[in-house]
Amino acid sequence: MNDPLSTFFVVFLAVIMALTLAPVLQNNSARVWENLRQIKFVRKNGVFVSTYLVGAVVLWVGLMIVAPQLYMVDYSFRDGAIGGNPEGHTLVNYSYLIFGRESDEAWFNWLHLQVFLRTIIASVMVTLLAFALCYPIAYYLAQTARGGTARLFLICLILPFWVNEILRAFAFRILFGSSGVINAVLISIGLIDDPIDFIKIDVAMYAGLSYAYILLMVFPIYNAIESLDHNQIEAARDLGSPWWRIHYRVVIPYAKPGIASGCTMVFMLSAGALAVPQILGGPSSLWFTQIIYDWFFSGGDWARGSAYAFVLLFSCIIFVLTIMRLFKVNLGELAK
Amino acid sequence: MTSDRIQKYMIRFYIGMFFLYLFGPLILMGITAFNTPKFPTAIPIEELTLEWFSVLANDKEMIAGIQNSLLIGVGVIFLAVPIGLAAALLMSQVHKKVQPIYYTIVVSPLLTPGVILGISTLVFWDRLGVWMEADYDTIFYSGIFLTIVGQSTFISAYCMLIFLSRLQRFDRTQEEAALDLGATNVQVFWKILIPFLRPAIGSAAVLAFLTSFENYNTTLFTIQAESTLTTVLAGKVRLGTNPSLSALAVVIVCVTLLGAILHEVYRRKEMRKEKIAAEAAKRAADKADNAMAPV
Repeated sequence: MNDPLSTFFVVFLAVIMALTLAPVLQNNSARVWENLRQIKFVRKNGVFVSTYLVGAVVLWVGLMIVAPQLYMVDYSFRDGAIGGNPEGHTLVNYSYLIFGRESDEAWFNWLHLQVFLRTIIASVMVTLLAFALCYPIAYYLAQTARGGTARLFLICLILPFWVNEILRAFAFRILFGSSGVINAVLISIGLIDDPIDFIKIDVAMYAGLSYAYILLMVFPIYNAIESLDHNQIEAARDLGSPWWRIHYRVVIPYAKPGIASGCTMVFMLSAGALAVPQILGGPSSLWFTQIIYDWFFSGGDWARGSAYAFVLLFSCIIFVLTIMRLFKVNLGELAK
Repeated sequence: MTSDRIQKYMIRFYIGMFFLYLFGPLILMGITAFNTPKFPTAIPIEELTLEWFSVLANDKEMIAGIQNSLLIGVGVIFLAVPIGLAAALLMSQVHKKVQPIYYTIVVSPLLTPGVILGISTLVFWDRLGVWMEADYDTIFYSGIFLTIVGQSTFISAYCMLIFLSRLQRFDRTQEEAALDLGATNVQVFWKILIPFLRPAIGSAAVLAFLTSFENYNTTLFTIQAESTLTTVLAGKVRLGTNPSLSALAVVIVCVTLLGAILHEVYRRKEMRKEKIAAEAAKRAADKADNAMAPV
């Protein structure tokens, strides 16, 4: 009970209980009822509705968003290893990520650092690749395609994404496997003699990652470009602007919020992806989320897993802030 | 003129390639569901078979996973939709100065990787369980319950966005009119607001269920000893594959296609109904005009 966190929970639960008990109290005590009526919010919504609104949001924001995240951060500063001291805070989990075990000969924990850097860099690459692939399609659908065609294309775009993420990765495994279609075709036209192990050299994984989240890139950009007045493009063309400058000076600046939103989503999902690296990653190529998973379910050190998870979360926050600064958009526009 | 035509063909070619990239892998996977080899193989087709569908239907692990997924999906609907609705209704009522902070907090789960939501839910509820000295068979350690909570953390935000966009078109004067005519706040809520939001409630529920059904990242951490369709699938795909997974994909695609077609038919029907209603209204208005016009 001396723990400040526990005290916080007591207060927190008390607030929730007070809120849920409010309607009961109104029958018993006229005074409480009168006091509640003084609050403008309650007068405006009525006791029943305001209890529901405040109760549901407090439950969500407090018990589901803020408290678990804060607790995870707190937990990451504790020594949860077997034989470790769970009381008090320590940096041991973070220093493990950077320096590894003290008894190790190497100065840094190269294995984990490498995986971390590769995850971040590869996610940025996947994001750029997805943008390059999706921008022309989004532009075509939003500005060139007409009514029925555009609708049909949009449905076709959504359709593959109703298939489970894992089954999509499975499809890529069939495609890229050593007895898969690509190898079979390459061998039959005589380009190669022995099958190429696409999974080992990570081609399958990168292809699978950019495939998995492409929809989240197409739609925000499409929505942004769709509202662009076609006359602006016509005007630029009439004034003699070549096609690339129209995109560079007219369309892309206009679609900035959509591009920022798409990039954030794709980066966040790739960096946090678990299914695709598990299924399509080679045996030697770990993804950062896989290390986190191992800390939880085979390493048995939840505190260290939490520390690694917080590092991942922190990198995502940095990325979001960079995007916001770079594209000059606010958070509301990112999460549409 | 010719360069225009070349450009046109290039665009077509690109779009063709793009959709081939989207559908190619799925079509090949579909073919493997009907092919005999034990390792999923699309070419060459040895012999067509439906064997893999019966393997799928008899897979007890998978069936149990699907049942859990359905249960969790329904649970998420009942938790996330009311929360999303409350959060959306509260958005316009919080103090102007608090609004940006409030918005940042409630959309943050959408920008947080799923694994982190799963981990934070797991460690937090585990801690609560320890603190309350709860037994291992209470909700603090129940995989199903934790998964519902963990998934609802971000699915509620999706629901909130759906409600917010619907509420933008809501005419506040309707509420005021009802209150002026003597309705209670509760009556206004149930008789004005909820009927107006009904389509949004429907789409939020569908979206919540589907998102929950195919979630993997959050679920993997919160589910613990239990299993869902996605965790069973991932385990199977990692250990070694067989074409019954392709058969499952075929089933899912067929159900989805059917759903998409039904939705389209329903939409057309609604549009026609609206058109007829609009025409009738216009006729009535014309009639009234004619009646009033001096003869």
